[in-house]
Amino acid sequence: MRTDVASMHALVSAPVAQTVCSHARREAAVLAGLCVALSAAFVLSLVLGSTHVPIASVIDVLLRSSTVDESSALVIESIRLPRALTAVLAGAALGIAGLQMQTLFRNPLADPFALGISSGASLGVAIVVLGSGMSVATVFGASTGLAGDALLIAAAITGALAVLAVVLAVSARVANPATVLILGLMFGYTASAIVTVLVGISSPERLMELARWGFGSFSGVTWQRLSLFAPVTFVGLGLAAVMTKQLNALLLGENYARSMGVAVRRARVLTMLGASMLGAVVTAFCGPIAFLGIAVPHLCRGLLGTSNHRVLVPAVVLLGGVVALIAQIVSLVPGNAGVLPLNAVTSIIGAPVVVAILLRTRRGAFAA
Amino acid sequence: MNAMAVSPELPPALVTRDLAVGYRSRRERRAVLERVNVSVAHGELVCLLGPNGIGKSTLMRTLGRMQVPLWGSVQLGGRAIESLSASELAQRLGVVLTERVAVESLRVRQVVALGRYPHSGWFGGLSERDHEVVSWALDAVGAMHLADRDFGRISDGERQRVMVARALAQEPVLLMLDEPTAFLDVPSRVELMGLLRRLTRESTLAVVLSTHDLELALRTADVIWLLLPGGDVVTGAPEDVMISGAISIAFEGRQIRFHPEERSFRWLTGERGSARISGGGLRGEMVRAVLEREGYACVADGRPPRVSVQIDDAKWTVSADGTCATGDTFRALAAHVRSIPVQKEEETES
Repeated sequence: MRTDVASMHALVSAPVAQTVCSHARREAAVLAGLCVALSAAFVLSLVLGSTHVPIASVIDVLLRSSTVDESSALVIESIRLPRALTAVLAGAALGIAGLQMQTLFRNPLADPFALGISSGASLGVAIVVLGSGMSVATVFGASTGLAGDALLIAAAITGALAVLAVVLAVSARVANPATVLILGLMFGYTASAIVTVLVGISSPERLMELARWGFGSFSGVTWQRLSLFAPVTFVGLGLAAVMTKQLNALLLGENYARSMGVAVRRARVLTMLGASMLGAVVTAFCGPIAFLGIAVPHLCRGLLGTSNHRVLVPAVVLLGGVVALIAQIVSLVPGNAGVLPLNAVTSIIGAPVVVAILLRTRRGAFAA
Repeated sequence: MNAMAVSPELPPALVTRDLAVGYRSRRERRAVLERVNVSVAHGELVCLLGPNGIGKSTLMRTLGRMQVPLWGSVQLGGRAIESLSASELAQRLGVVLTERVAVESLRVRQVVALGRYPHSGWFGGLSERDHEVVSWALDAVGAMHLADRDFGRISDGERQRVMVARALAQEPVLLMLDEPTAFLDVPSRVELMGLLRRLTRESTLAVVLSTHDLELALRTADVIWLLLPGGDVVTGAPEDVMISGAISIAFEGRQIRFHPEERSFRWLTGERGSARISGGGLRGEMVRAVLEREGYACVADGRPPRVSVQIDDAKWTVSADGTCATGDTFRALAAHVRSIPVQKEEETES
């Protein structure tokens, strides 16, 4: 067979090499563009806010120059910088979790929300917050110390995994991915309902606080919390990065993936674990943020024209960061009157994307 | 490179020993097929035939380690199948499944490159040689011109060829296909079977495929595995299997009969009596088809039956019970034959 291969290669390689190059060029251009967009959005989110800080000062702060007045430096260092970093990480995390779920379930509408991960995480958070007697404000507002934060993350991940485990157990019996998705939604509703009941039997001010958390925000994450939030996110993103090969094979479905040598069960468990970790950690710290997870992977596929995860994973990380930063910047629009709920902004971006996907879905594509 | 070059000591591509396939629950094992002893030589094209629900898919799944055998063993290229790691298995066995693959925004070349999975490293990066094998596989199935097309936007026949190329890119010893022609139109079916045949001739690749396309299988395969009701497996060259009468046993219902000389089934006929056709050629064959469809057994000679049809040029003339009718289309012939009152043979004899 080898001699055949060599001679065939001589015949066919020239024209093929050209087209491969043009695809690779497009992918490189998109990734480079996303890097630029991410840097621009990042700086912009540091510049904009209730107090005006000129862009030159922002850059000075970033470069650790001492010429900036102390109050501006304080605003940027202790408020805007962690907020921007949180937005980037959360956007990347939700985008990757969405991508993993979409590939695993071979369903374009799968995301951490649709499968109940976010609701499960909310449930875990609500139980810890309401059960431990901590007020939501102490958890999501002021600093509670690393132990409290770790407990919160653990609760969120446990809640997410609990819902996911039920969905998985049922999906082993039900072959139809659409059914699995609907089941995920149902479990999600159930978890949300339990949260509502828990809140309902607690005091009115806690209701307000939990509602505010439900709006979603990148502002509650301090440097101290970032020291927990960032590593967990990096682990999740790293898991996605090392599993691009498996995810690509899974595009053909689990049976084909198995026939090509994928340890399907392990790949499925690891992917779900990674996705729920990412979805849960974001939910714990920023609230249940809607639509980013579903929209970002689709935007990337559209930009790149490929489902290849080797390109998609970095693109989703970058674009997720960009979209989250933009959403955060847009939420500042009311100016001194306060901020828009982040979830309102992401949904306004996300809903049209979902509509567009539904209208674009052609015959056979992701047939559910 | 070809079947002749295979050294005699090379173990066969596939051997089973007293294999039993079926399902196991906590309490019992329910065998669908038992004592299956088959083998596939290198460069051999095997077609697995049998009526629906008899265990074709179960057998295929067991041979491909997608299901655990109840008893017995399967050896792939001289190694017990259960001793192979996932990627060792994928390097020996390529699989094409019945299920339709729905992938968007993935180019054909990338789909074929997925077949390099068991050969590539951690991140799935492809070496020079991997790219060469992918190009070779695309060329082998005649899909080089599709290489940069979107896999989601090619025809069913093209898609099936690409899935074969992907399996070939695994460089397997054995290629297994579960009803690969199920969704295809007739020309694509013939093309795909021709392709598989050519692959077995040009390399040492062995192919096992299950199909419902009896006639095509009997014309194309080197070896037939025929599953009979009751769990027996008849193996042999298509001609051996046909002449043994096993096909009739496997498939025959009350209304059809297998005719080996045509490699196909015909309606069991004669409930309306017999008819004689005079005048032959293609039109004679067509008239025969019409009469059989209408329930007449066609006889060549012997006692003149009640109905006889005479063919002259493009006209037919039917004589029955002393009446005569003539016409030129087969549709009119069918209508006329249908209008002849049914009469028991015994009555005409008496």
